[in-house]
Amino acid sequence: MSELNYPFSEAVVRGLRVGEIVHVSGRIFTGRDRLHKYLAEGGACPVSLSDGAIYHCGPVVVREADGGWRVVAAGPTTSQREEPYMADVIADHGVRLIIGKGGMGPRTQQACAAHGCVYLQAVGGAAALLAQRVRRVAGVCFLDEFGPAEALWQFDVESFEAVVGIDTRGGNLYTEVEARAWRRFSEVLGCGKGETR
Amino acid sequence: MNWIDILTRLIRRTTSDLPADVEGALRAALAAEPAGSQAAVTLGAIAENTRLAREQGTPLCQDTGTLTFFWRVPRGTDTFELEQAAREAVRAASAEGLLRANTIESLTGRSVDANVAEGCPVCHFEQVSPVSDLRSFEVWLLQKGGGCENMSAQYSLPCDIEGRRYGRDLDGVRACVLHAVCRAQGLGCAPGILGVCVGGDRAEGYLEAKRQLLRPLPDASPERELAALERRLLADANALGIGPMGLGGRATLLGVKAAARTRLPASYFVTVAYMCWACRRRGVRVSGETVEWLG
Repeated sequence: MSELNYPFSEAVVRGLRVGEIVHVSGRIFTGRDRLHKYLAEGGACPVSLSDGAIYHCGPVVVREADGGWRVVAAGPTTSQREEPYMADVIADHGVRLIIGKGGMGPRTQQACAAHGCVYLQAVGGAAALLAQRVRRVAGVCFLDEFGPAEALWQFDVESFEAVVGIDTRGGNLYTEVEARAWRRFSEVLGCGKGETR
Repeated sequence: MNWIDILTRLIRRTTSDLPADVEGALRAALAAEPAGSQAAVTLGAIAENTRLAREQGTPLCQDTGTLTFFWRVPRGTDTFELEQAAREAVRAASAEGLLRANTIESLTGRSVDANVAEGCPVCHFEQVSPVSDLRSFEVWLLQKGGGCENMSAQYSLPCDIEGRRYGRDLDGVRACVLHAVCRAQGLGCAPGILGVCVGGDRAEGYLEAKRQLLRPLPDASPERELAALERRLLADANALGIGPMGLGGRATLLGVKAAARTRLPASYFVTVAYMCWACRRRGVRVSGETVEWLG
């Protein structure tokens, strides 16, 4: 298990391997479809993402009476939707960690290798657990423009658990599992009565 | 009868309290995975999350889903009032942080206030007749998130799947369903639960497949052929090795629930509703002043 603390250094990130469990602490930034499209189209980012983490998440956040924010639920959303944009965002902004669920495509994997970034899998649906790891909401950007689920939330997290899904050396947990599943798919159907017609 | 209050309580319970049968199946899945494996770690976090959400009364998942109410009401009921109550309950639950701002105007991309819009939440009404008790109402709420809804699929037999041609029979149905599971990998937040509808038109197929998700996991179809299909599909899917969140493992599905609908001679649809492990379904029965929580 590795402890990763913001700012995340390229050397530490390049030392991570698929399957390794990590605990992330410090500042992370949420972003999903609207933010990625905006950034990939050259939109200015109001915070520096350099050596930072983008968390694919649209949280449930409640406004407190004192004007502060309380995070109620904050699990990962499906990362594949950001595949068209992710490689450019990594290259342009120096992002070191992508946190989401379900893995990403070949362009992102190449960008991870080229620029020193890893993809981390958080447990999908574990929103109450992961919300507990958010100690403080440091701020929010694009709340009005993108809405609360799509806004860029600045979370200060402590020991946020994740698994390395894509590393900088071409390791990819998802493609291995998927290739095996399709082989078994053919076996399962091949041994039944589902013959070629 | 204060329907707004009852339905707000139903939403609170559904969004935060995973049904016991689903939690039990997840616990059994955890016990079957090797200790320390990716699958066991993931299922351990799911168990912890389930406990926390229940204790705190907060959402299990931040994607609080499409809210679909399935009503069974006495014959002759004016459903307008019940639909209005559902909308007000959703409004109240949204203000309370039980539901995310989760409703987007499709063309403008704007977030809709309090998750209330035309056709949102969804209400399906079934008038029950004859009824012994004319004052008895039952309503089930299903909260199904976008990640798993994106993995739902509909096939039209005959069709080609992975280089083979499948026809209009149960082998064809199996191929369609397993293809949907394999295509989903972990993206539907495995281990998932499938609702399957054989037949119907396209719209009825999706609705019935979703309705199947209301059945408890131990429930077997009363039709022998469908019960056998459910068992076989579950075993087949769990041989694929996709595992929790697609990271590999034994538990790819927790259950399969299948139904058949009539079809036109020209059509043979197979529809798969993929539900994530966070299968939020709860019900309530209201008879006079008696309120009974279900699920």
